[in-house]
Amino acid sequence: MKTPRNLALAGLAAAIVLLPQLSTSVFWVTQASYVGMYALVVLGLVLLTGVGGMTSFGQAAFVGIGAYTSAYLCTAHAISPWLTLPAGLLLAGASAYVLGLVTLRLSGHYLPLATIAWGISLFLLFEKVSWLGKYDGLSGVPPLQLAGLGLGGPNAMFYLIWTVLLGALWLTSNLLDSRPGRAIRALKGGCIMAESMGVDTGRYKILVFVLAALMAAMSGWLFAHLQRAVNPAPFGVKMGIEYLFMAVVGGAGHVGGALLGAGILKFLEDQLQVLAPLLFGTRGNYEVIVFGILLVLLLKYARGGLWPWLCALGRASAAAPAPFAPQGAMLARRRQPEPGAPLLQVAQVSKSFGGLVAVDAISFDIRAGEIVGLIGPNGAGKSTTFNLVSGLLRASAGSVHFQGKLITGMKPRVIARHGMARTFQHVRLLADMSVLENVALGAHLRARAGIGGLLRSMLRLDRADEAQLLREAARALGEVGLQHLRHERAGNLALGQQRLLEIARALCCDPTLLLLDEPAAGLRHLEKQALAAVLGELRARGMSILLVEHDMQFVMQLTDRIVAMEFGSMIAQGTPDMIRSDPAVIHAYLGAEQGEMT
Amino acid sequence: MLLGLDPSIGAILALDGISSGIIYGLVAIALVLVFAVTRILFLPQGEFVVFGALTLAMFQEGMIPGTVWLLLLLALCATATRVFDHLRCAQPEGMLRTVVLNLVVPCCIAALAAWAAPHKLALPLQVGLTLLLVTALGPLLYTVVFESMADASVLVLLIVAVGVHMASMGLGLVFFGAEGFRTPAFWDERWSLGAVTLNGQTVVVMLAAAVLLAALWLFFERTLYGKALRATALNRLGARLMGVSGPLVGRLAFGMAAFIGALSGMLVGPGTTIFYDSGFVIGIKGFVVAVIGGLASFPATALGALFIGLLESFSSFWASDYKEIIVFMLLLPILLWRSWGAAVHDEQEE
Repeated sequence: MKTPRNLALAGLAAAIVLLPQLSTSVFWVTQASYVGMYALVVLGLVLLTGVGGMTSFGQAAFVGIGAYTSAYLCTAHAISPWLTLPAGLLLAGASAYVLGLVTLRLSGHYLPLATIAWGISLFLLFEKVSWLGKYDGLSGVPPLQLAGLGLGGPNAMFYLIWTVLLGALWLTSNLLDSRPGRAIRALKGGCIMAESMGVDTGRYKILVFVLAALMAAMSGWLFAHLQRAVNPAPFGVKMGIEYLFMAVVGGAGHVGGALLGAGILKFLEDQLQVLAPLLFGTRGNYEVIVFGILLVLLLKYARGGLWPWLCALGRASAAAPAPFAPQGAMLARRRQPEPGAPLLQVAQVSKSFGGLVAVDAISFDIRAGEIVGLIGPNGAGKSTTFNLVSGLLRASAGSVHFQGKLITGMKPRVIARHGMARTFQHVRLLADMSVLENVALGAHLRARAGIGGLLRSMLRLDRADEAQLLREAARALGEVGLQHLRHERAGNLALGQQRLLEIARALCCDPTLLLLDEPAAGLRHLEKQALAAVLGELRARGMSILLVEHDMQFVMQLTDRIVAMEFGSMIAQGTPDMIRSDPAVIHAYLGAEQGEMT
Repeated sequence: MLLGLDPSIGAILALDGISSGIIYGLVAIALVLVFAVTRILFLPQGEFVVFGALTLAMFQEGMIPGTVWLLLLLALCATATRVFDHLRCAQPEGMLRTVVLNLVVPCCIAALAAWAAPHKLALPLQVGLTLLLVTALGPLLYTVVFESMADASVLVLLIVAVGVHMASMGLGLVFFGAEGFRTPAFWDERWSLGAVTLNGQTVVVMLAAAVLLAALWLFFERTLYGKALRATALNRLGARLMGVSGPLVGRLAFGMAAFIGALSGMLVGPGTTIFYDSGFVIGIKGFVVAVIGGLASFPATALGALFIGLLESFSSFWASDYKEIIVFMLLLPILLWRSWGAAVHDEQEE
């Protein structure tokens, strides 16, 4: 395929092959080897920070684990370097897993703090443990051997490092362009939406952290066998911060940013070592000052890093997306319940926040094929009720049954698995992803999951599954009439279109019950008409819908039944006509006795 | 006897642990204050500690401390930033006040320090001058670096804070050189209590911490500015709508943090040799303590501080090579314990 991505990779590969041949000095080859090893670590940080919205100052420690594991096993036990690699990866992966497990349940800033503590501790450990050689480290690490061929020379190591890096770049960009990749990209935009689409965000966060640690450990292994010796210095927190610096400089949101950032840092490092003492004298470590100030300036004025800027210059990323032709078999669909069968029973559900009773013993039920509206003035407890049904809030009392199963206390992603899909009152989209990708996130639960699925997407063996998912997403977009906007950036859509996009995403879950949270709020008249038309079609198809809405006219024309709430309690329930003339409802909305109205 | 520990050594270790615990507690309180008000995980707090100790050390030597130049530099940057803001918004009214606060006052402080340095004034005067000098750095740093990015995510702010840490550590080397310093004790008295010697400095540390805590309590409970800080910590937007100025509370929090930092630096200085790069480890230990308090609760932070101080001093007796590792790795079980009570995916959405 002649996508820009593949062309770029091919160009890079050619440059790599040529460099040692053209360059007359070993210096440049060695520098390029370092850039490659740095970039491998930074690639993991891009995945973690720019894409996943987490960060770590402890990547250097994982590099250290990879390097020290290999150096120790090779020198003390004469184990082949090809066996020490998996050992190092395992150790780094396991420590990342534990670190992630402990911190990722907490708010985002605990992970970076923990990685700092972890980075310092490991660094000190390298310095203090006698069988790791204390401050001197371990020397005499053997060179790599491949089929009897020594890889000791700078050129051979250069080729190995860059082959590994290219492989990692390929695997990472494959991963990002797939079902698990969409889930990872959703982590940054807040996890509530992703969880509601069935994404286990906790697992994906740990996964990304482990992947980043593995790349770092891989780089450490290469480092140990390039240097043929290890000592604690390159694995301290200072280096951990520099890795993050590279990611921020290069562009933390882009795979290419890793390469760019690593290159720039190596260049700056070399230049500063020569220039700074000439300019300022030798007292001081000016490198640190310059890096620190640059980091602050970049985050203040160019938070995206240099890669997007470079792309805009070369128009590389602005290339038109690959033409999209729906292909692949349709996804299997859930068996829908018979019309009229009981679908949802809400029984005596209450929710209190401290002393405030937001919802007080609400009961209603929905049958298959019905559209039920939940109405009430501001603060009536509609959205709370809605969140109790979808699992976002945990009820203080009462029960919710969905298709005969008790779902109170289940997490939103489990409820989603049972066939309930929702939209949000405040639209929750991934603004930088395309419309089609946003919708495809809705089909997250409908494809191969687990480690197998992950490996398949990294190796690009998932294309058939991916085609199915995208086809399903395109179909759902067609149902809401947005097929022409498939490749638009989701953030560019008007509010009405964004709400339709949310409905398409929910439809992509193949739901038995659709929960719509104020879909008409903030829409203009024409947008409301388009929305009503879409919902009318869904009704005709027999979709069951629970609708929270403010706009009376909108609700009256669409629903079969209405539940009216005020101050957390239900005040009326019945057909739109009954509600229209219900004195309690009129009083709630207009604050007047019926007689006074006329 | 427990693993070679006799009561007198135990008592010495305990005293030692309490006094270093108090220092970590002061650092942690500043961290919690800054985080609650500005959402910045202010890693460079440790650098304020170092600046405090080493500025005093320079005064002792009769030299002009490098922090004077830093103050002038920050004052120029801050004034330029603020004046530019005034011009851009075409609001010349507050300009004079801005220039006085951001340029004239810091310049006066710097001039005073430069004049006083060769005179080798009495210790209390030097201490006062050091407090003045380092405290003035705080608000200026906030204005120059953080004010314009007050709405950035916690993560971005943290990375910026790390950048500030790198730069100020590097500057520390330029200002103070690579050698370490000890500052003179505030009180040289010693008392023998059986086998244990209680020295005056330990008493000063305890008294200073008590006075500072009382002052903070009065500030938060009794003054309008204190209430503005508390309101901002509880609800940023709400406080702003009620007329609490975001930049003002940010500068105030940074000023207080710098003051607490400088004070802790001069308290720790007589007992521990302080190097230009000692701040990082002190800052991280402060973080460990602050995390015990959930980055929110002051009483839990105080208890955590004593715990970390004691843990450190006792582990230096049993496993001195590993004392830092023990303290830092303790963060993991603490986080695990905290995560049990926490709501899953407690995050800052919208």
